[in-house]
Amino acid sequence: MLARTLDITAAEFLDGTGWDIKPQGACKAEVCVPLASTEFGFDLTATTERLGMAIVTDEASGLTAVGPESIGDRALATAQAPELVLSDLHGNEFRLSSLRGQKVVVVSWAPY
Amino acid sequence: MSLELSGPEASRRYIEAAAPEHPSLLDPTHQMDALFGVVNIPNVVWIDEAGIIVRPPEPGWPGGRQEFPKEMRDGMPELGRAHGAPDEPDDGPGMWAVLGSGQDRIFYPDAIRDWVAKGDASVFAMSPDEVVARSEPRNAAMSKGAAHFELANHFWQAGDRDAAIEHFNACHRLQPDNWTYKRQAWSLFGQERVGGNYGRFVQGPVKGEEDAWPFDSDFRSEVSSRAVGSYYPKTL
Repeated sequence: MLARTLDITAAEFLDGTGWDIKPQGACKAEVCVPLASTEFGFDLTATTERLGMAIVTDEASGLTAVGPESIGDRALATAQAPELVLSDLHGNEFRLSSLRGQKVVVVSWAPY
Repeated sequence: MSLELSGPEASRRYIEAAAPEHPSLLDPTHQMDALFGVVNIPNVVWIDEAGIIVRPPEPGWPGGRQEFPKEMRDGMPELGRAHGAPDEPDDGPGMWAVLGSGQDRIFYPDAIRDWVAKGDASVFAMSPDEVVARSEPRNAAMSKGAAHFELANHFWQAGDRDAAIEHFNACHRLQPDNWTYKRQAWSLFGQERVGGNYGRFVQGPVKGEEDAWPFDSDFRSEVSSRAVGSYYPKTL
């Protein structure tokens, strides 16, 4: 996720990463990673450290990118498919979760 | 999902030619890489009715080996090598042998059909723990590489080429085995230089123009330096 500041809210973090900040920790599906304390509000730096997410700031622009989680040294922390919201050629938004109830084969390709 | 950052027009003619009945979507920020661990194309993920992944990203095709169109082969300029590219071993298998090795292309659709018919009882359906364990490796450095890719993507689309190149190169050094991150960047320059329908498949410097190539490596050199079976790993 991209951010102009490190001072983001838990809701913005959820929207950008899929990780939900709950009393028991940072959670995605059945996986919850305990956090030290949320007494003083959401702490992006501490949370990303716990989840193995890198923070990279472009010095010239001040723009920051938060990398994906790397807990367990694997790309997937859970087998629950993450929500994916993308558009088609006509700009129509489509949610992967709208296919629940069907088997889905997701094919990634590229024009290169 | 088309993993292409330069806008819908790059993917349009392929989607319209295929005229799929299923959703066909654009993934300009490579969310498939970050969210699922896709590192090459084509890559396939199987998800069951409950939204549980039963096979993590892996190479997959609709059938046997496909041939590149003659128009495409004829339009390829002679390519040089990036200055920092790995040397091709004298006794190496060569690019085409590496590209054609690994995953079973002919059998892949039959594996999908088996799962569709048998569900969890299919020998190809993995348990959730196995899915996680067999998803792509990712450590903190790789997460950092993905963050650099997101910045590169942003700056390229904003027209800041120098910043984009800097972050693309940082990304490639941190995720050397992510081919979509590399090919995405290389193809942008191929398209600019060669253009036409197949310019994006030019993923290295045109011969004699190596000094203008801003990346550490190029597709042909990189693949040629790899072992048989490593580009499209066999997972079935």
